[in-house]
Amino acid sequence: MSVAAITETTQYLTFVLDRETFALDVAKVREILDSPGVTRVPQTPEYMRGVINLRGSVVPVIDLRLKFGMSETVQTVNTCVIVVEIDVEGELIILGALADSVQEVIDLESEQIEPAPRIGTKLNTDFIKGIGKHNEQFIMILNIDKVFSSEGLTSIRETGTEYSKPDSNSSGSDFAS
Amino acid sequence: MTDQHGQAYKEEAYELLAELETSLLELEESPDDRELIGRVFRAMHTIKGSGAMFGFDDIAAFTHEVETVFDLVRNDKLTVTKELINLTLAARDQITAMLDASGGAGSVNASVSVKIINGLRALLPQATTSAAPVAVPVETGPATTLNGVTYRIRFRPSRDIFANGTNPIGLLNELRELGQSKVLAQLCNIPVLTDLDPETCYIYWDVILTSGRGIDAIRDVFIFVEDDCEINIDVIEDGIPGDEGCDKKLGEILVERGDLAPDDMHEIIATQKRFGEILVDKGLVTPESVQTALVEQRYVKEVRKERQKLEAAASIRVPAEKLDILVNLVGELVTIQARLTQTANGRQDSELETIAEEVERLTGELRDNALNIRMLPIGSTFSKFKRLVHDLSNELGKQIEMTTAGAETELDKTVIEKLNDPLVHLIRNSIDHGIESPESRQAVGKTRMGTIHLAATHSGDSVLITITDDGAGLDKEVIRAKAIEKGLITATAELTEKEIFAQIFAPGFSTAKKVTNVSGRGVGMDVVKRAIDALRGRIEISSRRREGTTISIRIPLTLAIIESLLVKIGVDRFLIPLSLVHECVELTRTDVANAHGRNLAAVRGQMVPYIPLRKRFCIGGEAPDIEQIVITQVDGIRVGVVVDHVIGEHQTVIKSLGKVYRDVSGVSGATILGDGAVALILDIPHLLREVELEAP
Repeated sequence: MSVAAITETTQYLTFVLDRETFALDVAKVREILDSPGVTRVPQTPEYMRGVINLRGSVVPVIDLRLKFGMSETVQTVNTCVIVVEIDVEGELIILGALADSVQEVIDLESEQIEPAPRIGTKLNTDFIKGIGKHNEQFIMILNIDKVFSSEGLTSIRETGTEYSKPDSNSSGSDFAS
Repeated sequence: MTDQHGQAYKEEAYELLAELETSLLELEESPDDRELIGRVFRAMHTIKGSGAMFGFDDIAAFTHEVETVFDLVRNDKLTVTKELINLTLAARDQITAMLDASGGAGSVNASVSVKIINGLRALLPQATTSAAPVAVPVETGPATTLNGVTYRIRFRPSRDIFANGTNPIGLLNELRELGQSKVLAQLCNIPVLTDLDPETCYIYWDVILTSGRGIDAIRDVFIFVEDDCEINIDVIEDGIPGDEGCDKKLGEILVERGDLAPDDMHEIIATQKRFGEILVDKGLVTPESVQTALVEQRYVKEVRKERQKLEAAASIRVPAEKLDILVNLVGELVTIQARLTQTANGRQDSELETIAEEVERLTGELRDNALNIRMLPIGSTFSKFKRLVHDLSNELGKQIEMTTAGAETELDKTVIEKLNDPLVHLIRNSIDHGIESPESRQAVGKTRMGTIHLAATHSGDSVLITITDDGAGLDKEVIRAKAIEKGLITATAELTEKEIFAQIFAPGFSTAKKVTNVSGRGVGMDVVKRAIDALRGRIEISSRRREGTTISIRIPLTLAIIESLLVKIGVDRFLIPLSLVHECVELTRTDVANAHGRNLAAVRGQMVPYIPLRKRFCIGGEAPDIEQIVITQVDGIRVGVVVDHVIGEHQTVIKSLGKVYRDVSGVSGATILGDGAVALILDIPHLLREVELEAP
């Protein structure tokens, strides 16, 4: 991801995941909710926490910590859901992302942002737009579209009939007929 | 002409064109049906007439040519041939293209018009070929009459009208062309035969005319005779809908016409006998005058009644998105009503509970009505398929007849729209792969004409659509070999016939040896399957070699709101569509222990397999001592779903889980409960299929 691509936007929302500060382009953020009751959808990956009721629409919620290989988000008073609008294959999708806490909206000049180093971050560098510096602190600026359009999200599970490998599922048979 | 009128014309024209197509295809089957010929003619006539009125001159001119031909057909001067039908269908498409083009979409290929017109002219008998002027007609045709004003016209020609060379009949005929009319001849002045001068006109006429053309148009008819004839034109019914004025009394009519003095009328009314008879008895009016006045009275009454009927039966055109918004709003109302009921039940307030119950009842009715508005008969799509069969079979040199049943079956508008593409695919497949060429059909002892039968019926909360052809049928072995070749199944897999047929829905599967431009690219069947899945429907194939194939599609009536059973496992709540639920039975710890690890329950002597949802969905926590089995029936198979508690019935507004959860299994959607939490709707058939696949 080149730095040139991010010179236009300068406002970022910062939030914390496991003591690390991340940032999102504010243009992508729709709203921030106090963590509501999440309904889990069975037979989906761990990091997909489930769905919430956002004023009558059903919105999926993703646990960013799990997605980034950290431990599961633990509910505290500070836990929030950042509702983002992402672009997956040209389609606008509303998603909720769990964050330990939401910090502030900051302005970053393009020269304050450097491209993500190839090594040294725990994350897949595809997810990172760049690294910004603010108040002597490194902030990981996420490419949120990439995070969510990356493998697996739009097709969590292939449901095609798999005749070639009968009984591949370890959950075994529920019918003992 | 305003845009609004132009738009209205276009909408009407598109409808007429659709109707025209249906009529033409029916006409092909029964070329002698006068009713059908009339319908085709009328459709053409109206398209032409209103087209000219609203400035669509090119359409009017073109349609006129086609109309001319059908006028001859109507008058038995020309017979309906396949060629004529094909040309007319082409003409219909051309008119559609012209309409599209007038809206700025695409352009019209004028050479096509010329080709069609030449083709049509070639069909005309020699005598009329020369006389085919492309005149833009002025008259609107008799179709719009009821929307007009009703006039009473008294036409009393001068006695020597014949001497002027004027024929009153011609004038009357001209009047009749203006709209719906009734002409009454007044014969009272005709003398006895000995005194009769054959060159004198003794007769005068009362004409009652309903026309939308205005009083000037009527005056124009009499323009050459008005100087020496007595012409009175009065408005007797102004044609404004909703004018609830009472029908005019006989006396009033006569007074208005000047046949009777008002004073005389009042005197007569005072005697309170049968008014008309008394008048005649007293010699105040002639029996004929009374007669015509009575006819007029009846006529006006009928016009009013007919208009009221029209208004009552009239439908309103509403943009589809308005209906969608309505249904969405009703959905939200249902959700909020659930919340109200829940709150009321928790309050121990009988007054509030009564209100909540009232609201629940009303919401239920509102929901049914709102959904009902969106219901459309599926027949409109059927007629499109007839055209498809007609065109494709011609193209492929096959003889195929399409029959349909259950065109009146109603389905949600959105469902019908989404069904269109899959059905087109399936019918194309039947035409291309299913039905054989006439020669090979004859060789195996079938009729040369193949049949595709498209049927729709209601069954429970769903609609069953079947496409049956009497073609070659599916070859089990070929499909199996192909599926193995494509790596879809292993060579050793033992599959039932149904499972083998299901392989053709796999992506990239195509057994057609030759790729035609109709089908056979291997895209299609998997797309069909996905489209049907998206509608929460199921698709199945049964086929017999050499006898034909039947594809059954089962589609839920609506996608918006369903009745379901709310159940609970731990803290999670789920919904099971009530249409699938048969009964609920208890499952105790002892039952589980006695089953020795088998998931089978004895329900009134029958063994019913069940799915322990807590285990399947990996929900933590301990099950209660007594669990509940909700027994459902899917495709004739009874299967239980084990849950902790059954909470009760729930009106479920279906919300999509969105693209992110598109491929999730076992869950078909979500809903929002009264307390604002999200609950998931279980996809029982899918769960069952999964469990079946995992079974050894």
